[in-house]
Amino acid sequence: MSARGHSAYWAFLVHRISGIALALFLPAHFFVLGLALQGEAVMDPAIRWTEQPLVHAAEWVLVMLLAAHFAGGLRLLALELLPWRDWQKTLAALAAAFALAAGLVFALVR
Amino acid sequence: MSARREAMLWVAQRATAVALAFCVVVHLATMIYAVRGGLSAAEILGRTRGSIAWGSFYAIFVVAAAVHGSIGLRNVAIEWLKLRAPAAFALAAIVAVALVLFGLRAVLAVTGS
Amino acid sequence: MEVRVWRGTAEGQFQSFEVPRQDSQTVLDVVTHIQRHLDPTLSYRFACRVGMCGSCAMMVNGKPRWTCRTHVDKVARDGRLEISPLANFPVVKDLVADMREFFDKWARAGGRFKGNATREQPFASVDPRSAGRKEADAGVECIGCGVCYAACDVVKWNRDYLGPAALNRAWTLVNDVRDTGQQERLDAVAGDAGCHSCHTMMSCTEHCPKKISPTRSIAGLKRATWRLALGAKARQ
Repeated sequence: MSARGHSAYWAFLVHRISGIALALFLPAHFFVLGLALQGEAVMDPAIRWTEQPLVHAAEWVLVMLLAAHFAGGLRLLALELLPWRDWQKTLAALAAAFALAAGLVFALVR
Repeated sequence: MSARREAMLWVAQRATAVALAFCVVVHLATMIYAVRGGLSAAEILGRTRGSIAWGSFYAIFVVAAAVHGSIGLRNVAIEWLKLRAPAAFALAAIVAVALVLFGLRAVLAVTGS
Repeated sequence: MEVRVWRGTAEGQFQSFEVPRQDSQTVLDVVTHIQRHLDPTLSYRFACRVGMCGSCAMMVNGKPRWTCRTHVDKVARDGRLEISPLANFPVVKDLVADMREFFDKWARAGGRFKGNATREQPFASVDPRSAGRKEADAGVECIGCGVCYAACDVVKWNRDYLGPAALNRAWTLVNDVRDTGQQERLDAVAGDAGCHSCHTMMSCTEHCPKKISPTRSIAGLKRATWRLALGAKARQ
């Protein structure tokens, strides 16, 4: 991959990497939730397991990735569907800010 | 692949993106709310068990995510895994079906009574 | 200063030359100096040498640029330059890129005007202030230099991708009220590896020496072709 310094390129990379990460995460997520079929007694230990610091940190990263993918996606919808304006950098900055804010709130609340 | 098919995939991905935008806002807010004071199965299920509202919401979320994600992964397959279009499409279809099945099972698990 | 220049075809290697540094020196000056005074077997392209024709486009320290408009001061880090043929193009020899596939894609994307008027009829009347004409004018200055195509990572990853230049040209024609080939053109740009393959990385816009934004044009094509998903005919 060529090294490109401009913001739209980073926006693409973040969007793609976060998308892949989220897609890989979903099956694991569905698995843990599916444990409810076997009752609380089976599901609860799995939920408690996520209280570990490393898992906490991973969760926080996931929340950031989701927020980044969401905000980046809104930016793309704006770029593709609205009449063209030269606001890609502004949108990218706003998206990054939103992702960081979401991550901050989640970290504070956890 | 025909223009019609490519256009359909693009529309599907953008349309599900809009649906997911709403779902994600709700989900992020719910997570931030739920995660305070720690998580437990009882707390999660207490909120979701037997709820038609949560069941419908998450069912839509799952289907939209499955369609959206699989189309995105198709692009990754073509560009980074160097798959040809038919193989990439097949891969995407398999991923979509798997996510829908696994996901709806999880929705049932968590919202069924 | 030390200048490394690509020699060979797809297989080959960089060859180093010592080139005297001058004031107000462009990279094209450097290449010309090498060919005239150091190694006459070096192959390269140029024509106008004043930034109008786009023939001299090459990779300079990894970025696609017009070498006649690239001052050595701006790009030579530690007094070193690396020059190679445009990326994403097959190499004919040394610094000369094979433009055939680039222009084939131009044609495949419907980049050719198709009209139904004859010389017997009066001139078409197109208001330059109309929205459609403004959209077309934003992209119409393209001279086919290939810099955007060389900069695009989707072209690199997907050899079938029509590319920013071809799609940009198609968009200018989509906005041309005189053109009668709209249905075929929209089918052409929306097919396999067409406008929907663009991921808005904007390397094309970033590097275009004429400040055109193919990303903008491709976004327009995405909006123009969505109706094809319904099996509908293209909107004129």
